[in-house]
Parts: sequence; C-alpha cells; structure tokens
Amino acid sequence: MATTHIDSELDARGQLCPMPIVKTAKAIKELGAGGVLKLLATDRGAVTDVPAWTETTGNELLEWHEEDGVFVFLIRKAG
Amino acid sequence: MLGEQELMSVPGLSEETVRHIVQEEIERAAARDQAVRSAAFIASKGTLDWAYPPLILATTAAASGMDTSVFFTFYGLNIIHKDFERKLKVSPIGNPAMPMPVPMPNFVTGLPGMGPMATHMMKSMFAGKHVATIAELLESARDLDVRLVACQMTMDVFGYSQDDFVDGVEFGGAATYLAAARNAHVTLFV
Repeated sequence: MATTHIDSELDARGQLCPMPIVKTAKAIKELGAGGVLKLLATDRGAVTDVPAWTETTGNELLEWHEEDGVFVFLIRKAG
Repeated sequence: MLGEQELMSVPGLSEETVRHIVQEEIERAAARDQAVRSAAFIASKGTLDWAYPPLILATTAAASGMDTSVFFTFYGLNIIHKDFERKLKVSPIGNPAMPMPVPMPNFVTGLPGMGPMATHMMKSMFAGKHVATIAELLESARDLDVRLVACQMTMDVFGYSQDDFVDGVEFGGAATYLAAARNAHVTLFV
C-alpha cells in the first residue's frame, strides 16, 4: 500500500459522540483543499459516523482500519 | 425544458438516455437545494438527559456544514439558562428505564434524595465514559455558529429576562422557528 502524505493528525481517542465528528470538522476546516487528516478514535460509533460525515460534507474517506482497538481514518479535504 | 413523456417521444432518444438526462436534472436540482444543508431543532425539555439529544444533533449538523438553529422553548430554556449546571437534573420518577445501582420499585424513586442521587449518578456515569458535558456542547455549538434562539413567550411566562441566558442567545417566537424550519429538510422536536 502506497503511503499517503498526512498533513495533520487529530487524536480523538477516549471521546464519544459527537466530539470526534465536531473536532474532525474543525481540523478539516483548518486544512487546505486536498489536505489529508489522520483521525484516531476509539468511539465505535465513529466507524459508521465518519463515512456518513464524509458523504454529507463531500470530503473523501481514503481508508480506515483498526489498530489495537483504535480506529484510524484518513480523510482528504474536498476541493 | 421538456418533460419526461415528451423526451421519450423524441425520435432517436433511447429510454436509457432519457433516464440519464432526468437523473442528471434531479441531481442538479438537489445540488441547488439549500434545505439539504439546513437543520432546525426544537428543544422543549429541561432535564439533564433530554438536554443532550438536541445539542448533540445540532453540533453534529453544524459540523457537517449545515446552517443549524435550536429553538429553546418551555422547559428547554433550562439548557441555555446561565444557571444550567444547577437547573438540569434527572429524575428517576416515572422513568423505569433509568439504570439504578440496585433494583427497586419505581415508587421508591419518589423518596426524598432520590432525584439528586440520580442526577449525580448520571453525571458520574457520563464523566466516567468521557461524554462531553453540557457546557462543552454549548461551547462547541457557539464555535460552530449554531443559532441558539430562546422562546420569548415562555421566557415571559416563567419570568426570565434576556440577561438570564448564556452569551450568544437570540430571542424570538414561533415565526422565527418556522422561518428557519421552512428552509430546512431536517427538523426535529425534542
């Protein structure tokens, strides 16, 4: 798998709905168009919420996987 | 523009092409629809447990790029009252769904001290799981430009003044809510 360039990282581990999404929105806002955010979350709801949020906002969920109970998402800002 | 029936009757246009054109037109119309990006909630309940749903939905809607407003009416005014920390309580009376430390008949929950105990218990449970506090959700709502509107009529009935509410609250009535709601696909009464 080719490595994706990460522009910023957000650690939302330990936080529950709605905070991982609220903070993701803020982090994405601070990125330039096409920038990639790496999000770490332990909220199980994030597994469905993050794809739902990227669909609503038009940002792109590049990939996600689980690493020792932590969900890692790579999100590319639209534009 | 031609209607679907007329398009079908144009020689040389296959049904598939017509369906494709119609689908594109629908998508274009949806992209122009501002209501897709708007949400208008009503918060009418003034207990700690019921303060969460409207604030969680409103912050998430705003974080999803939607123009979002919450209209606080009747007991919902508690949520944006400056003294919300003290005013928002949870009552186990008549709420058999509330998890209790030990099983007990619901009438016992009416005994003195049970209300404060239930409130304390819920706050500890939420803190233990790292659920955002009401103060944090209100702060997020402000950061995300969620419009917080207090119902002037119920304020008058309950004897509240505008100074009783947290910063950034606007004041209005049913027409203010409806003006927001008629332009929003997502409207919910909580």
